[in-house]
Amino acid sequence: MTETAADPAAAGSSARPFRQFMSRIGPRRSSTGVGDAGWGRTLFAAIVSFIYFFPVFWIILTSFKTYEDALAVPAKFFFTPTLDNFAQVFSRAYSAGGPVQNTGFALYFFNSLFISGVSVLLALAIGTVAAFGFSRYPLRGNDTYLFMILTTRMLPAIVVIIPIFIMFRVTGLAGTYAGIIALYTVFNLPFAIWMMKSFFDELSPDVEDAARIDGSSDIRVFFKICLPQVLAGLAATAVFGLILTWNEFLFALLLSGVETRTVPVAMSQTIGGDIGVRWGLLAAIETLFLIPVIIVTFALQNQLLRGVTFGTVKR
Amino acid sequence: MSTIELRGVTKHFGPFTAVRNVRLAVAAGEVVCLLGPSGCGKTTTLRIIAGLERASSGDVIIAGRRMNDLRPDQRDIAMVFQFYALYPALSVRENIMFPLHVEKLDATTASARVARVARMLQLEQVLDRLPNQISEGEKQRVAVARAVVREPNCFLFDEPLSRLDVELRQSMRGQIKSVLTGLSKATVIVTHDQLEALTMADRIAIMRDGVIEQIASPHDVFARPATVFVASFIGTPQMNLLHAQFEGAEEGHGRFRIDGQPIRLPVDPAVARLAKGQVTIGIRPRALVLNGAASADAIAGRAELIEPMGAETLVHARTALGSDIRVVVPRDVRVKAGDVLSLRTDARETHVFDASGKAVRT
Repeated sequence: MTETAADPAAAGSSARPFRQFMSRIGPRRSSTGVGDAGWGRTLFAAIVSFIYFFPVFWIILTSFKTYEDALAVPAKFFFTPTLDNFAQVFSRAYSAGGPVQNTGFALYFFNSLFISGVSVLLALAIGTVAAFGFSRYPLRGNDTYLFMILTTRMLPAIVVIIPIFIMFRVTGLAGTYAGIIALYTVFNLPFAIWMMKSFFDELSPDVEDAARIDGSSDIRVFFKICLPQVLAGLAATAVFGLILTWNEFLFALLLSGVETRTVPVAMSQTIGGDIGVRWGLLAAIETLFLIPVIIVTFALQNQLLRGVTFGTVKR
Repeated sequence: MSTIELRGVTKHFGPFTAVRNVRLAVAAGEVVCLLGPSGCGKTTTLRIIAGLERASSGDVIIAGRRMNDLRPDQRDIAMVFQFYALYPALSVRENIMFPLHVEKLDATTASARVARVARMLQLEQVLDRLPNQISEGEKQRVAVARAVVREPNCFLFDEPLSRLDVELRQSMRGQIKSVLTGLSKATVIVTHDQLEALTMADRIAIMRDGVIEQIASPHDVFARPATVFVASFIGTPQMNLLHAQFEGAEEGHGRFRIDGQPIRLPVDPAVARLAKGQVTIGIRPRALVLNGAASADAIAGRAELIEPMGAETLVHARTALGSDIRVVVPRDVRVKAGDVLSLRTDARETHVFDASGKAVRT
C-alpha cells in the first residue's frame, strides 16, 4: 500500500524508510533498484528542481524582509529577518508613513479552507458514486452523458461567467458560502467523475462477482470492496480538486461577498489602493497560502504518485 | 439436498450462441468437470449456474428449486474464481470471514469457523497478511477457504489451478479433492486441462462450441469416446485419427482403405450396420502393437522420429501416403528411424466414427 514507484524493492518492508534513506546517501548497492539513481543524476535533478523552485524560494525569502529590504536593488540574499509581515497579515498593515488598513486575513484563510474543503468533499462524494454508476451500470447513451459532463469543462470561464453571475444574483446565491461552494463543486465534478470512473474501470470484475456470490448487496460491494481499492484515486482527485479551487480567482472575485472572500481575491485587493504595493506583506500571504497545499501534497504523495501513474502500465 | 441441474440451457450473446441446449445433472457429493478448449462455453455455463449470467432459455435448478431469476447471493453457492478474486483491501482473515456476514454469526462462532478452514488449508500463518503479500499457492488456498467457510449448497470452481506451477498444481489437486470429498456437495469444476479433469472428476462433461459432446466417467471418456472431438481431446499423446473408406464388414472385422491401401481391422460388431463411405478410425498410440511381419490386418508405416519419454518411447511413423501415426512402445523395444513397422490393434481399441463424427459402437 505504501510503495512508491521510485523504490519498489523496499515496498512492504518495515525497514523501508531507512532503506530509502540509505539508497539516497549510501554507496550503490550491488542489486540496485530503480530508486538508486547515482550521484550524477541526483545532482542534475537537484539543480533542475532548484531552478523551478527558485521563484517560490524568493517569495518565502521576501516574506521575511522589511519594506526597505524587499525593495533593495541589487536584491538582498542576506538580511535580518523579521516576522512583521506575518503579524500584519492577520491584523493591520501600515504603508511606509501612510494610512493603516485592516487586513483581516484570518477570515479569508478560513474562507479559502472551508470553501475548498467542503466543495472538494462534495465533488468526491457525488463524483465517486456517479463514476461507479457509469462504470458498472452500462446504459444506452452513457458515453454521450459522459461527454456532455466533460464539455462543461471545455467552456472558457469568461464565456459562462456572465450567465452564472446573473443566475447567482437572481437566486440570491451571490456572496454566500452555499453559492460559491456549489459552483466549485460543479467545477470539480467532471474531473472527479472521469478520474474515478477510470479507476473503477480498472478493477477486476471477478472480485465484485465473488462478493455478490458471497451474499453482498450492491451497496456493500461498493463500500467494502470497490472503495478501498480506489483510495489512491480518491487522494489524487482530492489533491487536484483542492489545487484548482484553492487557486481559483475569477469566479471568486465576482461571486464572493465581503464576508466570503477567498485569499486570492483578498490578496488582489491589498495590492495598490491606499497602502501601495507591500511586497513583504504579499509574500507573507503567499507563503502562508502555500502551506496547506504543501501539507496535503506531502501527506498524500504516495497515493498521488499511484494515482497519476494508475493505468499507464497494464497489469 | 445439494444438487445442480441444467435443463436445456442456452445462452446467446447477441448473434453468438455461447451455450447451446446444455443438459447436466450433478448429484450430491458428485464432482463434475466441464472440460473443453477455450471459448467452448464452459465458463459461461458455470456463470449461468452461479447467477452471474442469465440463461437465454432453459432452467437452472439447484437443490430442487428453479433459480433462473434469483441473484447469486440467493442461490447458496460458493465459487472459486480463476484469478482467485480475493478482496485486495482485506486481510486473509477478513477475506475468509467475508461470506459469513450473511449468516449474522456472533464473533466467536465466526472466528472458530475461520480458524477451522484455515487449519484445514494450512493458512494459519498468513491470516493477518494482505492478499498481495502471500504466494500464488496461498492465494489459491484462501480462495478455496473462502468458498468452504460458508458451507454452501454447492461449489463452483473456474479453472482453479491454472495459475499455479506444475508442482503446486499436483499438490493442490490432491488437496482440493480431499476437501471436496469431506464435504460431499455437488461440485462443478471448469478446466481446460484434461489431467485435472481426469484426476478430480467423478464425471467429465466435454464441451465444444457450446455443446456438451459427452458426459461420462473419466474411464469412459477415455475408453469409449462418443465423438471424434472427445477422442482427440482426451489422452496424451493424442489418439491417431485416420481418414478411411469403409467398404464392408464380416466376422468382427471391417474392410477399410487407408490412403488407398486396403486393410482389415478388428472392429466393434455395430460397425457392420454402417453404410459404405467415409469414416474416421481412431486408435490410441498405446493400443498399437508392433508386429514384425506385414499382414492384411496390420497398418504398415515407416518410423520417422523416435522420442524416448523415459518409461516409454514415442515413435512417429508414416504410412505409404503420408498419414502420421503415433505409437507408444515400451522402453525395451528398439525402433530405429527408417524401420518398417507393422501395427496391429484389437476390436476394443479400434474406434470407428461415422461421417458426422459420432462413434459407432454397441
